[in-house]
Amino acid sequence: MNWQAIALSLKLAVSVAGILLVAGLPIAYWVTFSRWRWKFLIEAVVALPLVLPPTVLGYYILVGLGPRTFPGKLWQSWFGHTLPFTFGGLLIASVLYSLPFAVQPFSAGFETVDRRLIEASWTLGASRLGTFFRVILPLSAAGAVTGTVLSFAHTIGEFGVVLMVGGNIPGVTRTVSIDIYDQVQAANYGAANRTALVLLLFSFLVLSVIYGTNRRAQSLWRKQ
Amino acid sequence: MNSNGGSVRRIHTTLSVALAGLAVAAVSLVAHAGDPASAASQAAQKPCGTVTVAAAADLMGAMKEIATNFEKAARCTVRVSTGSSGNFLSQIENGAPFDLFFSADIEYPRKLESEGLAASGSTYLYAVGKIVLWVRNDSRLDISKGLAALRDPSIQKVSIANPQHAPYGRAAEEALRKAGIYDVIKDRLVLGENISQAAQFVESGNADAGILALSLGLSPGLKEKGHYWRIPENLYTPIQQGVVVMRASQNPQGAQAFLEYIKTPATAALLERYGFALPARVKP
Repeated sequence: MNWQAIALSLKLAVSVAGILLVAGLPIAYWVTFSRWRWKFLIEAVVALPLVLPPTVLGYYILVGLGPRTFPGKLWQSWFGHTLPFTFGGLLIASVLYSLPFAVQPFSAGFETVDRRLIEASWTLGASRLGTFFRVILPLSAAGAVTGTVLSFAHTIGEFGVVLMVGGNIPGVTRTVSIDIYDQVQAANYGAANRTALVLLLFSFLVLSVIYGTNRRAQSLWRKQ
Repeated sequence: MNSNGGSVRRIHTTLSVALAGLAVAAVSLVAHAGDPASAASQAAQKPCGTVTVAAAADLMGAMKEIATNFEKAARCTVRVSTGSSGNFLSQIENGAPFDLFFSADIEYPRKLESEGLAASGSTYLYAVGKIVLWVRNDSRLDISKGLAALRDPSIQKVSIANPQHAPYGRAAEEALRKAGIYDVIKDRLVLGENISQAAQFVESGNADAGILALSLGLSPGLKEKGHYWRIPENLYTPIQQGVVVMRASQNPQGAQAFLEYIKTPATAALLERYGFALPARVKP
């Protein structure tokens, strides 16, 4: 069992879920409440990772942001290294790749909030930010939880991008999915089996807990 | 009201995504319609059918030429998949429908033979691989000093294939250890899933140097872009590469014909041109 890879995957997934909770909520808020006519273009951009294969993102990070392109050179002069083969690179790739898994449930949650409650809050003098934190977010907590957990789970399950840009460095970019791949390639089916089983049980457990509590949260909300 | 607005929005998104997808599909259909190499139309004219080949990533350049030559000589269609030998081994053990397996490590075909998955006695040592230290032409690194050049502190990343399952990765690690450099650069190693990914890492400039197969250094894709230094053969165990015919082959005659074609002097000369040593001159 490669605990280092498991720990790395957890670290990556927690970071991605945290970043997407902070960055995804405003994006989802805008997507839900904006009346801009070209908004669907932004929605399509957010949904792109659902459609694009990970190889496309991997290719852009590896070659498009490689040290021979202008954006790559710019990045290198700021940070001293390029994106591939670093934890930061994986983090950025994963945040992009999990974006729709956070923003879409967030947005779906916001849409369930009764517009009259929001307007009532505004007319009672609460600021937009205050209304968001005291009315909208509590009423759409289920969506926020679902989005955060899905982005966490999706990052745990990420493989293609990591394989393409990670460089398989132990403790830095060798995530648990890569570790299983390596074990299978080296015909260490025993080790692959153990890690795969742990991952399977863990994922099932996390999703069960979320859907279980989510259902309770929704029924509580309905009672009110 | 709200939920209506939401579903309209969602339909918008779905529609735009679907339209984009359709447009891409249409373009690729049109592109394929004019493609003369459409597999179906070719297979009908070929008397010996289709031979499906799994080839180690170091053969990427060479196998393309060999396959083209064989297609002309034997009027067969050859379908080549390239990838990591270890991955192919796992896939074949689990039922992958290949006719022939060109491994970068002769132990894998032998293993398949002993497992009864490959035709017994068909394993053939077709080439012995070499490794080189490779840098891009715009690199500041002077590799004429050999592996010692990797001691340069400005080097951030050195790419090799994954030693855990790639034969070229094992050879690279062994050479680095024997040259006393492994401990100096082990924290700067990045591992390609196979030798051609290791090559891609350094070719794209993301890694500063790489230990690659000589065959890749001589392949059309990399030849002009960089230069290499041959790693002395006493630093690593010879990379004996074996091919084997699969017992589950759907086209045993075609597979056998291709195996025989590999043994011809013409193919041997081609492999030599790609930097492989020939089995006739090396004891297995």
